[in-house]
Amino acid sequence: MTLNRRHFLGTAVGTAAALSAPMVMAAGTPRVVVIGGGAGGATAARYIAKDSKGEIEVTLVEPTRSYYTCFFSNLYIGGFQEIGDLAHSYGGLAASGVNVVHDWATGIDRDAKTVTLAGGGVLPYDRLILSPGIDFVDESVPGWDLSAQNAMPHAYKGGSQTELLKAQILAMPEGGRFAMVAPPNPYRCPPGPYERISMVAHLLKANNPTAKILLVDPKEKYSKQALFEEGWQKHYGGMIERIGPDFGASNVQVNPAEMIVSIDGVDEKVDVCNVIPAQKAGVICERAGITEGNWAPVSGHTMQSRVDENIHVLGDATDQGDMPKSGFSANSQAKVAAMAVRGALTGSKVFPAKFSNTCWSLIDADDGVKVGATYEATDEKIAKVDGFISQTGEDADLRRITYEESLGWYAGITADMFG
Amino acid sequence: MLCTPALAEQEAVEIGDAERGAILFEDCASCHEVGAGAEDRIGPHLNGIFGRKAAAHDGYPYSDGIQRAGRDGLVWDLRRLDAYIENPKALVSGTRMNFAGYDDPKDRADVLAYLRSFSDNPQNIPEAQPTARPREVELPPETLAIVGDPEYGEYLSSECTGCHQRDGSAQGIPSITQWPAEDFAIAMHAYKRKIRPHPVMQMMASRLSDEEIAALAAYFGALD
Ligand SMILES: Cc1cc2nc3c(=O)[nH]c(=O)nc-3n(C[C@H](O)[C@H](O)[C@H](O)COP(=O)(O)OP(=O)(O)OC[C@H]3O[C@@H](n4cnc5c(N)ncnc54)[C@H](O)[C@@H]3O)c2cc1C
Repeated sequence: MTLNRRHFLGTAVGTAAALSAPMVMAAGTPRVVVIGGGAGGATAARYIAKDSKGEIEVTLVEPTRSYYTCFFSNLYIGGFQEIGDLAHSYGGLAASGVNVVHDWATGIDRDAKTVTLAGGGVLPYDRLILSPGIDFVDESVPGWDLSAQNAMPHAYKGGSQTELLKAQILAMPEGGRFAMVAPPNPYRCPPGPYERISMVAHLLKANNPTAKILLVDPKEKYSKQALFEEGWQKHYGGMIERIGPDFGASNVQVNPAEMIVSIDGVDEKVDVCNVIPAQKAGVICERAGITEGNWAPVSGHTMQSRVDENIHVLGDATDQGDMPKSGFSANSQAKVAAMAVRGALTGSKVFPAKFSNTCWSLIDADDGVKVGATYEATDEKIAKVDGFISQTGEDADLRRITYEESLGWYAGITADMFG
Repeated sequence: MLCTPALAEQEAVEIGDAERGAILFEDCASCHEVGAGAEDRIGPHLNGIFGRKAAAHDGYPYSDGIQRAGRDGLVWDLRRLDAYIENPKALVSGTRMNFAGYDDPKDRADVLAYLRSFSDNPQNIPEAQPTARPREVELPPETLAIVGDPEYGEYLSSECTGCHQRDGSAQGIPSITQWPAEDFAIAMHAYKRKIRPHPVMQMMASRLSDEEIAALAAYFGALD
């Protein structure tokens, strides 16, 4: 179906889609627009199209033609994945009946219920789903802004940034120094920076064993800390130094031109610097006027924005409660939203929301760990029900099976997202 | 070996009637040998099985299911062996052991008493009397009789398909499609009761009701 045809339908239906009218408007097919074809958006678009069997018209707006997952991008750095393994195209979504539009959403008119695209198109919606991921908070690391992302990559969005960071690490002088400025809470993928440290260490151990890693971390403690510390000691003894807030890591600035990290006023010259700034919801959320502070608050029952009930927000962009910002969480939330949207637009059955998450991390070859939990929706938030975490001192067989399980998870979840 | 055969015999007596077990073991002997000179046949030989980790005996081509259980930490102590011979597929899905199981706890106790006399390592073996053993994953007939609603199962399945693939492909994470509904239900109840090891599955199963388990069994059972 082309944009023109949708425009035509748009004028025919107009604003007849009453706020909570549960049944299909006789005049036409209800329209859902999804912004962002990542973990949350791709899942939501696919599930709505697949399960509504043509009763809902689903349009996905995503600028890139291939989505490079952030999940497993650290394994690419470590040499356990090829970059091409991380790329997913949108053919599977199109085959499920999703209308994929490769463009940026630049504005949302909540009264008219339309989305404006950079290319000039306007998409009317009955329900809008936003899963734009993260953007960075300006000045959170003084001296760094997006214009410095080539000198000091964040590699916290998938694809070219990840490749750049790995190339810089491989080009480090012998015995050189890699630094990471870790982000403050809350941020995408709580164990992500520490898995990355592990994978950088793995890469350096093989290619540049006298190199050193400096982790500058503004947080007192972090995800899976005992597991990472045990693993670093075991596999990379002496290579990794972590500076926490008690030694000035909450007072950091960088000079990308000079490759300097200043920690509490002390300059450290480094060869590679991975700056992972503080984060906020993708800026389109701010433009839509649905954020409070840095994030978009939502109800856990349906993932509806607390500001506008015609908008559902998923994944990293949300302020939802206890779930970590992960691809697994975004995928889980997307299914709840897809069910709620179908229920609202076509009257299909709606079951109580359930969520889950498991995050695997790789510390070294065949040394995988995991943390996970289940969640339910309460009126205040998405609340944790039950959880588990890998234990220190686990035997090598269990760690290997945990790693193999993560490969299975990646294959499974990307099939679930992209078809 | 730290202990004497006499100790093994002593323990065997506490488990059950080994003499009666020797007769029952004829059921098993078409696949398993035990005793002096025992070798692997269709199934592995069972000397020294007590206290051994699943799939830990070299040279026998264990099924993926048993290997997985071994990696997940399954150790053949009295409780696990008892659960296994009660219903092998409930404890280890994908096991090749083609045996429906002993329903009668006395049969199980006697066979295990017999087997115990061929295991010399008493470590990790609980001293509980047979009557004190929990009866694991014994599902009431009403539970097994629940006819699952595949439509509800399809909704619930979205929690599973974050890892398990709908098309049945398996790599690192097992396939769960096309299982007999009863095996599916028993496996999920075994996770729910934390008899099967695996933290993610124990957590996921813990909040599924009997109806939900049946619904998932119906849905995944019918996928091709
Ligand atoms: C190093 C690293 C490791 C990770 N490892 C794991 C892991 O092992 N497991 C796990 O579960 N999670 C992991 N994550 C987290 C995971 O990548 C994110 O939580 C997940 O991608 C969030 O999904 P999302 O849909 O919110 O955003 P994204 O997946 O980032 O998708 C957002 C999409 O929206 C698009 N977009 C943004 N703005 C617009 C706009 N205005 N118009 C149109 N399109 C727009 C973007 O192009 C993007 O494709 C990791 C993250 C990192 C950085």
